[in-house]
Amino acid sequence: MSDTMRDAFGKKLAELGATHPELVVFDADVSSSTKSAYFGKAFPDRFYNVGVAEANMVDIAAGMSTAGYHPVVNAFAIFLALKATDQIRNTICYNNLPVIIAGAYGGLSDSFDGASHQAITDIAIMRALPNMQVIVPGDAKQAEQALEYALQQEGPVYIRLNRNAMPDLPATDAIGTVCTAIGSDVTIAANGITASFAHEAAVLLQKEGIKAEVLSVPVVKPLDVQTLKNSVAKTGKLLCVEEHVLAGGFSSAVSEVFMREGISCRFDAIGIEDVFTETGPYEPLLAKYGISAEHIAERAKKLCK
Amino acid sequence: MNTTVEELLSQKERKFNAKELALLAAYFRSVMFDTLHTRGTGHWGGAASSAELTTCLYFNRLTIKSDDPQWEDRDRVVLSKGHASINLYTMLAHRGFFPIEELSTFRTLNTRLQGHPCMKTLPGVDMSTGALGHGLSIGLGMALAARQSGKQYWTYVISGEGCLNEGQSWEALMSAAKFKPGHFVLMIDYNKVQLDGTTDEIMPLEPLADKLKAFGWNVAEKAYDGNNTEEVLESFAWMDSDNQWPKAVIYNTVKGKGVSFTEGKNTWHGAVIDDDSYTKGMLELNADIEKKEASL
Repeated sequence: MSDTMRDAFGKKLAELGATHPELVVFDADVSSSTKSAYFGKAFPDRFYNVGVAEANMVDIAAGMSTAGYHPVVNAFAIFLALKATDQIRNTICYNNLPVIIAGAYGGLSDSFDGASHQAITDIAIMRALPNMQVIVPGDAKQAEQALEYALQQEGPVYIRLNRNAMPDLPATDAIGTVCTAIGSDVTIAANGITASFAHEAAVLLQKEGIKAEVLSVPVVKPLDVQTLKNSVAKTGKLLCVEEHVLAGGFSSAVSEVFMREGISCRFDAIGIEDVFTETGPYEPLLAKYGISAEHIAERAKKLCK
Repeated sequence: MNTTVEELLSQKERKFNAKELALLAAYFRSVMFDTLHTRGTGHWGGAASSAELTTCLYFNRLTIKSDDPQWEDRDRVVLSKGHASINLYTMLAHRGFFPIEELSTFRTLNTRLQGHPCMKTLPGVDMSTGALGHGLSIGLGMALAARQSGKQYWTYVISGEGCLNEGQSWEALMSAAKFKPGHFVLMIDYNKVQLDGTTDEIMPLEPLADKLKAFGWNVAEKAYDGNNTEEVLESFAWMDSDNQWPKAVIYNTVKGKGVSFTEGKNTWHGAVIDDDSYTKGMLELNADIEKKEASL
């Protein structure tokens, strides 16, 4: 377990600031939480704290991006996705502007603050917007890679970040699908931090003689369909896992493309059902809403029956 | 001695004086009325109220290059009241950004002249607008970019009452007063009529100047007559008079200006200009053009 995702992202921002003069960073009075404060300290002239005004922040950043800058806007994921939806859609996405939307405290990771602060619909909102790319890193390294990737893009990228320290996944050279366990009985495609739970589930399944293939799939849009197809061609079964409501998120994205392409397999999905979540310590909270190694293993096992 | 619109437009790169601008604005107003009637869609009321403001900007004030619309040192204009798109398109076409004939494609399928301005399709549009209340934040970003990069370009945001109904505008007002970028101006087309009724009926804004001052803005003491080109040029002189930023100018204007039966009427915010109204309205607009040509 290395840095938290937010620490890694904040430090990477500050590091990239030295070599990317076009990089400007905005925050909505949560820079010590999002860790954009690292950049603010290193480059105070390129750091704008706009107060608790996410919609305003996004449009200011959009304005700057039309004049040669590549802004990163930081705030809690839920408030960016909901309070600034109009600005992200009508200004940034419509005009395909190079603005990076960094949604902190994604999923249930702001666990103790409860349902008002937990982003469980952000991926559905962001992936519905034309021109937007959507990345949900699974660990600190993927968060850094997502930022490096996004800075190379000419349009907008949404990066959903996690608040807490989570296990590291196997490292790769760039952001993309990572196979953390090879298997032939069932494919478990896990988005964001659910990948480490899926990997643990594969270990549990192994003990029962089930060989699960685990794919960490951080990029929701554009979706890496080929890697999923290749794995499912081998296993014939697919279990998607995400820290998001099941409507419109990662599992939806996968099932939409599988239906469209006529890819037949046994399918199941773990995510938050059509309910609001609640306060609690992070891992027990995740487990209550179905995201645990044990529950993933149980559902994968059912698919194999 | 008479001067015609054609003679003025043949010299469109130069800075025109107040009387010439008044003639151009009268003519552009007739072009807008004609286009909206022909297409049977669009927003007359707010386009007409801003005619002198945009004419003075585009034909006296702005440093822009129609043959290089993305010139990085150009002045920026954000038409936050994007429903007045026909106004902006009329200015850009006559300033040489695209063929005047293309105005006839306004709001048709496959046109570059979208219902509300789109910067991705039409040269000269600095920002796509339409959803109200965005312009001031976006303009602030452009002005901050100028300061960050050491550029001297100006950023003008044109807002109506609808924009000021939106909470985001007040977030932007606060943040502009915090960051204080130079050469950043809010021009309020204060025609006091919205879609559903008068501003006083829908959402009173008074005391507007005091509110802007309380938010930390340098507000022109005089509320200029925004349908009088001499006064609009006077407001430009005020913009240049000191270095206190950000600046706001309130222009008293008349919604539906130039056609007597549309003036001050909320029903003419976005109504279709029917044939009868067109015939009567064009008589008034053409008479105004002739009067202004004769005065030159």
